[in-house]
Amino acid sequence: MVRPEQLIIASGDAVQPFAYSVGMHGSRFFTEIRDNCRFMAVRCPRCKKVYIPPRAVCGDCFVEMKEWVEVGPQGVIGTFTIIRFAFLDPETGRQKPVPYGYGFIKLDGADTLFQHYISVEEEKRLRIGARVAPVFSRERKGSIRDIEYFKVTD
Amino acid sequence: MAKRVAIVGTGQTFHTSHRPDVNGQELINEAVIRALNDADLQMKDIDAIVIGNMDHFEGINYVDCWSVDGSGGTMKPIIKLTTGGTTGCTVAIGGYHLVGSGMFDRVLIIGWEKNSESDTTGAITTAFDPIWDRLVFAGAISGLAAEAQAYMARYGATDRDAARVSVRDRKHALNNPHAHLRREVTLEQVLASPILADPIHLLDVCPRSDGACAVIMASEDVAEKICPQPDWILGTAARHSYSYLGDADYGRLTSMREGSQELWKKAGIREPRKELDVIELYQPYSFGGLIWIEDMGLVGPGEAPRYIWDGNTDMGGELPINPSGGVISCNPIGATGLIRCAEAALQVMGKAEYRQVPDVKLAFSSGFGGCWWTDMILHGRKKPH
Repeated sequence: MVRPEQLIIASGDAVQPFAYSVGMHGSRFFTEIRDNCRFMAVRCPRCKKVYIPPRAVCGDCFVEMKEWVEVGPQGVIGTFTIIRFAFLDPETGRQKPVPYGYGFIKLDGADTLFQHYISVEEEKRLRIGARVAPVFSRERKGSIRDIEYFKVTD
Repeated sequence: MAKRVAIVGTGQTFHTSHRPDVNGQELINEAVIRALNDADLQMKDIDAIVIGNMDHFEGINYVDCWSVDGSGGTMKPIIKLTTGGTTGCTVAIGGYHLVGSGMFDRVLIIGWEKNSESDTTGAITTAFDPIWDRLVFAGAISGLAAEAQAYMARYGATDRDAARVSVRDRKHALNNPHAHLRREVTLEQVLASPILADPIHLLDVCPRSDGACAVIMASEDVAEKICPQPDWILGTAARHSYSYLGDADYGRLTSMREGSQELWKKAGIREPRKELDVIELYQPYSFGGLIWIEDMGLVGPGEAPRYIWDGNTDMGGELPINPSGGVISCNPIGATGLIRCAEAALQVMGKAEYRQVPDVKLAFSSGFGGCWWTDMILHGRKKPH
C-alpha cells in the first residue's frame, strides 16, 4: 500500500497579487459612497431598468448607459442566506468567520439587487421583504467595505 | 456541409473523493481508453479532440497542451473549452459543432477534474467579479441557497420537498457503479444533516469528486458503421443571462427556461413531460430538482414538489430523472456535464445496465453553472430529419 504522502506534492507558498480596474461607472459609485454615503445607479435609456452596481452597458438592450439615479440607501431583502459552513476566504487565505448573513438587497428605486452582508444579530428578523438600512464605516476608503453591512429595521 | 451527429461511445473513470493514485493526465487517459474500447475504435481513428476542465481548480492551465500523452492529442487538432460548471456540457456542444460542420468525422470529447487537488470553494469564489461579488460570496452554495430561499418564499415549498429530491437521487445512485456516493438516505437523515447555508442541508448538496469522462461523436457518414444504435444529437442550446449575481431573478432559472424552449421548438416537442423518456439534469443541489424542472416546462410554477412526491421522477415513474444518481452522487466538476451527456447517451443506446429506463427514445441532458447559466442537449434514438 502506497501512502498518500508519497503520492502528493504540495505547491509552494507563493502569493500572487492582482489589481483590478473598477471602470468609470464603478469609480463614481465608490466615490459617492466614500464622500456622501450615497448609492448611485444608472438607468438604461431604452428599457428604463435601473442597474446597481452601475455599469456602462445594459446587457439586455446592448446600449450605453449614462443617466445616473440615486437609489436607497434603504431597501428590502430580495433574498438571503446565512452561511454556516467553514471555508477559506480566497482574498486572505484564512478561514472566513461564520455564521454571517448574506443578502441580495432591493435598494429603493433600483431594479437589480445589491449584495452585501446582513447582520444576523437577530437572526429571526431576517426574511424576504424585510426593510434594511446600510451601516457605513466611519473611515471610508472607496471600496465595497465602506459599507459594513445592512441591518433589518422593521 | 452540415452533418447529423451521433454519440458512438462513452467512457468514465472510477470516481471518488481523492485519486492520488493517478495524475491528471493519467486520469484523463482512463476515460479515453474506456470510450475508445466502447466504440471499438483506436486513437488513430480520432480526427480531433475537445477537452475541458476548470483550470483554476487544479491551478494548472492549458490542459489541451500538457495532457496530450493521456488524451491521445499528440499532433492532432485539439481545443480546450472552459465554462465553469457547464464545462462538461460545453465540450460536448463544441464537439457536436466540430462534427456537425462536416470538418471532422470522429471527435473525442473529454471533461475532467481533480477537485481533491485544491480548495474548490475558494476557487469558485474567484470566478466571480472581484469588486462587487467576492466580498460576501461563499462559493456555489451561497448563491444556490439564495435561489432556494426565494423559490420557497414565492411558492411555499419547504426543505422537506427538496429532501425528497435528494432521497431520490441517492437511491438511484445505488444502480450506478460509476457514482462516487452510493448510500441510500432517508428524508429524516437529510433534514437532520447540518445546515450549510439556510435552507440547504449537507445532504442536499453534491460532493467534490475526482474523475473524468470521455465521449466519442461521429458524423452520419460513419456513425452507424461504428455503432448499430448510436445516440443521435437532436439539438443543443446554451444561455447566459447575467454578469453580476444581483441581476438574477432569484427563484427562477431564466437560462433553463429560454434554452429548453429553444430545444423543444427545434425538435417539435409540445409536451416535454410526456414526450421525454429520461432526463439527466445537472442538479448540484436538491432544490434545483424542484425549481429547474418547472423552468423546463415539465410542470407549472410551484407544481414541482407535488410532481416529485408522487414518484413521477423515480425509476419506474412517468419521467425518471437522474437514473445515474446525478450530480448529488458524483461531481468531478469539469466532467460532470459530460457525464450527464454520456448517461443520456447510454439510456438511448440501451447500454445503461442496472440504471436503464425501458425503451428510451428521447433523452435530455444539461449543464449548469455560475451566474445561473445553462447548457443542454437533446438526444434521440432516431436519426433526425
